[in-house]
Amino acid sequence: MEQMLKLIEEDATLTPAELAVMLSKEEGDIKKMIAELEEKGVILGRRAIIDWERAGKEQITALIEVKVMPQRDDGFDKIAERICQNPEIKSLHLMSGGFDFCVIIEGKTMKEVAFFVARKLATIDAVTATATHFVLKTYKDKGVIYGTPKKDMREALVL
Amino acid sequence: MDYNRLLSKTLGEIKPSGIRKFFGLVAEMKDVTALTVGEPDFVTPWHVREAAIEALEGGKTYYTANAGLNELRHAISEYMLRRFSLSYDPNSEVFVTVGGSEAIDIAMRAVINPGDEVIVPLPAFVCYEPIAKMAGANTVIINTKPENSFKLTTEELRAAITPKTKLLVLPYPNNPTGAILTKEELSALAEVLRGTDILVLADEIYAELTYGRTHTSIANIPGMQERTILISGFSKAYAMTGWRLGYICAPAPLLSEMLKLHQYAIMCAPTVSQFAAVEAMRNGDEDIALMRGEYNRRRILIHQGLKDIGIDSFMPEGAFYIYPNIGKFGLSSEEFCERLLYEERCAIVPGTAFGECGEGFARISYAYSVKHISEALEKIERFVKKLNV
Repeated sequence: MEQMLKLIEEDATLTPAELAVMLSKEEGDIKKMIAELEEKGVILGRRAIIDWERAGKEQITALIEVKVMPQRDDGFDKIAERICQNPEIKSLHLMSGGFDFCVIIEGKTMKEVAFFVARKLATIDAVTATATHFVLKTYKDKGVIYGTPKKDMREALVL
Repeated sequence: MDYNRLLSKTLGEIKPSGIRKFFGLVAEMKDVTALTVGEPDFVTPWHVREAAIEALEGGKTYYTANAGLNELRHAISEYMLRRFSLSYDPNSEVFVTVGGSEAIDIAMRAVINPGDEVIVPLPAFVCYEPIAKMAGANTVIINTKPENSFKLTTEELRAAITPKTKLLVLPYPNNPTGAILTKEELSALAEVLRGTDILVLADEIYAELTYGRTHTSIANIPGMQERTILISGFSKAYAMTGWRLGYICAPAPLLSEMLKLHQYAIMCAPTVSQFAAVEAMRNGDEDIALMRGEYNRRRILIHQGLKDIGIDSFMPEGAFYIYPNIGKFGLSSEEFCERLLYEERCAIVPGTAFGECGEGFARISYAYSVKHISEALEKIERFVKKLNV
């Protein structure tokens, strides 16, 4: 199972038939395994990694440090669930160290992101402080290095 | 000037490699999906490159000892013991060469006298025959058979041996067939060699790339280490082709003579490469496992993919090549590959490039991404459908 997960994590376009051959399993078994893993919430989705800047789309990404006052019964989870509801938010992690949540957000402009923080995030009761850092340039994300894919540079030689 | 009159006659009799000609055709064309390259598609692991950068930053730009860095010879000795249970003294039985190719050259030149016979099982990497001939040997070719999975058999070996036999080349895991020799098969061959004065040149450059079982060297067979010149390198195991680094492990009396040649012709292997190689051997086991796993998946994929389009090949057990039988399409290997290139823009190497017995076969390298392999398979499928067999 772990092997298959690693393969599709690397390349989500591998078909069950291809996976079956590569892992010496039956195609039917692979399909079943994938369905079960989706049901369990192990496989959560399949997406392309896009460099939007290259695609010519104006977009800004920000990392927001959020400090909160945990709630008596639910700790951080309830607040996190609430923050998650905003579609602008791309990822949310509970952190150790100097702040509580790390929020990654995407917006069209700096202003839009700033407004979002001021109006939607800072106004949540439990939130006590925020600090917004804008991303200037992305070099690598989700294990993928940005830029023009490297060509096969191997030269022809007698071998 | 009449250069032909001035050039070496022995060299003049040696034909240029058949792959060269084919690569020339490929290079002239655009949009070719090639499965021709005989080197890893991985970049050298970062920690190994980092070691080289550190060596440069540290100003390590001098020559090393002729035999190579002391530290690297120790690393090789430890590695041979750890990975293959072979014991070599780092001071007298190991030295570092410029790739496996230099190792093959000086090993042959160190032992061959004019008129000696060198047994070369084919199909194999293209260099053994020319180098043996340049050293003055007569080559005795054994054409291994598809029904034996291209493994050298004891009968074939026995039939090739004469009183003049000096050296047996043992190129396994094999380029281009992907054949390996198991411990049992090696033991049987060893039985034929025991009691003779025949040396073995074991080219084990692909030793780390075997699938399903770990590599056994002929030197592992009792009584064989004393007659074995073991050649390996960093190119395939650690994806370090461009660093040009290999090594020889052999009995001290042979090694010291080879070292003489090495010191006059080469002096020493590149220093920065050697520092990188120390890092690779000490901390590169995981990299090997990762790359081997990747090759293995591609191996299974391409074997099945070819089978699905009606092309049979024996399941390769080592290296990163598959050697399908294309005989049934009624074309010569060269015709098949040239037409595949011109009609579908897909390049594979005619089997005949690795010996005449390669007629009816082709070499396909799977040192390429899965996507690339799938694309090539589609092209091959379209092509063979047209041939209507």
